[in-house]
Amino acid sequence: MTSIFDIIFYILVFLSVYGQVFYFVTFLENRKKIVVRDGIIKLKDYPSVTITVPCWNEETTVERTVQSLLNLNYPQDKLKIFLVDDGSTDNTLNVINEFTAYENIKIFHKENGGKYTAVNLGLKNSETDFFGCLDADSFADRESLVRIMSYFEKDPKVMAVAPSLLVEDPKNIIQNAQKVEYHMGVYLKKMLGFLGAINVTPGPLTIFRKKVFDDLGYYRNGHNTEDMEMAFRMQKNGYKIDHCNDAFVHTNTPQTFRKLFGQRLRWIYGFINNSIDYRDVIFRKKYGNFATFTLPLAAVSVISVSYLFGKMIYNLGNFIYLKIIQYKIIGFSFKLKNFIFDPFFINVQSLVFLSLIISVLVIFGIIFGRKMSKEKKLFSYKMLYFFPVFMVIAPLGLLKGIYNTILQRKPDWRQGVNSNF
Amino acid sequence: MNNNIDWKKYLIVFLITVGLFVCASYLSNYFGNQKINQLKTIQDKIAIDILSSETQFSLLSELSCKNISDSVFSSELGELGNKLAWSQENLGATDEVSYLRKYYSLLQIKDYLLARKISTRCGVKSAFILYFYTTAANCSLCQEESLVLSALRTEYPELRVYSFDYSTDLSAITSMLQIYKIKDTALPALVIDDNVLTGFHDLNDLESRIKESFKLQGTSSSLPAKKN
Repeated sequence: MTSIFDIIFYILVFLSVYGQVFYFVTFLENRKKIVVRDGIIKLKDYPSVTITVPCWNEETTVERTVQSLLNLNYPQDKLKIFLVDDGSTDNTLNVINEFTAYENIKIFHKENGGKYTAVNLGLKNSETDFFGCLDADSFADRESLVRIMSYFEKDPKVMAVAPSLLVEDPKNIIQNAQKVEYHMGVYLKKMLGFLGAINVTPGPLTIFRKKVFDDLGYYRNGHNTEDMEMAFRMQKNGYKIDHCNDAFVHTNTPQTFRKLFGQRLRWIYGFINNSIDYRDVIFRKKYGNFATFTLPLAAVSVISVSYLFGKMIYNLGNFIYLKIIQYKIIGFSFKLKNFIFDPFFINVQSLVFLSLIISVLVIFGIIFGRKMSKEKKLFSYKMLYFFPVFMVIAPLGLLKGIYNTILQRKPDWRQGVNSNF
Repeated sequence: MNNNIDWKKYLIVFLITVGLFVCASYLSNYFGNQKINQLKTIQDKIAIDILSSETQFSLLSELSCKNISDSVFSSELGELGNKLAWSQENLGATDEVSYLRKYYSLLQIKDYLLARKISTRCGVKSAFILYFYTTAANCSLCQEESLVLSALRTEYPELRVYSFDYSTDLSAITSMLQIYKIKDTALPALVIDDNVLTGFHDLNDLESRIKESFKLQGTSSSLPAKKN
C-alpha cells in the first residue's frame, strides 16, 4: 500500500530529478558559449576598480591576499586597494600596516562590527565606478580581474560578475570534499548565470558596478550572509549578475568537520532567512528564473535533505534496535554463513534507477566543473570524499538551520566567516 | 536582466523528468518480473523434486531404504523462502508475490508430509519444526522466534523448519491450524514432534528439545550462550 510518506517522497525525488535535468538542459543549450580563456587578454579600456579587503584576525593569510591583488594583471593606477581592519585582536593590523608604502593601498581601522560593516566602510570611501571585495583568506589569480572586467565591457547591462571559487591547497578529507563541491559549484553557477538566476555574489572578488550600491544601498547584515542578501536584492530589482567562469579565486576552506559545519550552518541559516525576507519574490514571474527556479529548487533541497535524513535516522534506529534484539536472543554469533552473491537480491526499485540518474548528473556537473577549472585530471579518487562528508554535513546543517530559524537563534557570525562565499 | 522565463523549457524538462520516471518504473517492473519468473522457476523445480520424491517413495516397497538419500529433500526450499521474504519486502505485496507465497506454503506442507513418511518408513533421523507466525499484526515475539530458528538452522543444517504465515488465505494452512488447534492469540507457535508450543521459546529451550526428540548431532558442541 502506498502511504502518504511515499507520495511525498516521490514528489521530492521528482523535483530533485527535475532540478538536475534543468541544469543539464541549460548546459546543452549554452555549451558553446562556455569559453575558458588561456593566457593574457586585453581590454579596450581599463576602468578604475576599488577592492576592499575586510580583515578580522587574518594575520596568517592577509599578506598573501594583498600580494595577490598587487600581482593582478591590471594597471595598478586603476586599482585601489582598501585594507579594512575590523577590530582584529591579533597581529593583523601590524601586517597590513606594512603596505602603507603602496600608493594605491589605503588602510582603515575600525571597531569590530562584522564583515559587512568593514566592506561598507570601503564602499563609503570608494570613488571608482567598480567596486569589489576580496576576503582576507582568498587569493586572486593573476588574470582574474581583467577577465571579470571583460564581462562588463561586453555587456553594459551586467551589474555584477562573480568569479569561480576554488579550494586553496586542500590537505585533508574535509577540504578535498569541499574541492569537489566547489568544482560542481563552478558548473552550477555558470548555469545559473545563463539563467540570470545567481543567488550569491561571493565575498571573494565579485565585482559590482558602483551604481548597484548607489541605487540599492550598501551591504546589510543579511543574517550573516551579506553576499547572499545582496544577490537577492539585486535579483529583486532586476540587476543582472553574471559568472566569469575563467576568473579563478582560491580560497581557504574549513579544515575540520566542526568548522565546516559552522560555516554551512551560517549559509543555510542565511539562505532560509533571506528567502523568508524575500518571500514575495518566489514564483513571481517578473523576477525571472531566480523566482521560478533557483529559490524553489533550493527550498526543495532543504525539505528533501531533511526528509531523507529523517528517514535515514529512522532506518538506522530500526537496524540498531533489531541488532540489539538479535544480541539479546541469540547472543553474538561470529559464525559466518556461507555468503554467496546472488544477483537476485539486487534492489530494482525505481528509486534505485532515479538515484542513479541523479548521481550521474551530479557527477557530470563535478567533472565539467573540473574541466572549467582547468583541473588536469578530470577524475580523481579524492572525488569520492565528497559524498560521505556532505551526506552528513548537509542534512545536519539544514536541520540545525531550520531549528535555529524556528527558535530565532542566530549562528555566531564568526562561524566559518573567514571562508565567506 | 534576463527576466524572460522560457516556459517551453520548463515544460520540456518536465516531460524529460516524467520520461525518466517512466523509464525507471519500466526498468523496475522489468527486473521485478524477472525475479518473479526466477521464483516461479525455483518453485517448479521444487515441485518436480517433491513429485519425484513422492514417486520414489511409492516405489519404496520395492526398493530398499538404502536408496533413500538426503537428495530426496529439496535443498532449495530454504533459499526460496528467503527470496520470497525479500520479494515481499522489496517488490511489494503484489498479487503475484502472494500467489507465490501460497504455492510455497503448499510445497512446504508436501515436503513435510513426504519427509515424515520417509522418516517413519525408513527410520531416518530427521528433525522438523512447524513454525506459525503472523505478518498481519505487529508480532514482535514472532520476529524474535524467527531469529532463534534461523540461528538453529545455521547450527543444524539437517533441521527442517517449515514456516507458515497465519494470515495466508489457504485451506491447507487452515486445516493445519485446526489440527494443531493454533489460535492467532497464541503466536508464535511451534510444532515439534507433534507437541504444540505457543509463545516465545528461547534458543536453549528449543535446542534441548530438538536434541532430545531427534537426537540431532550438531555441527558444533553448542550454540553461543544466550545473553540477557
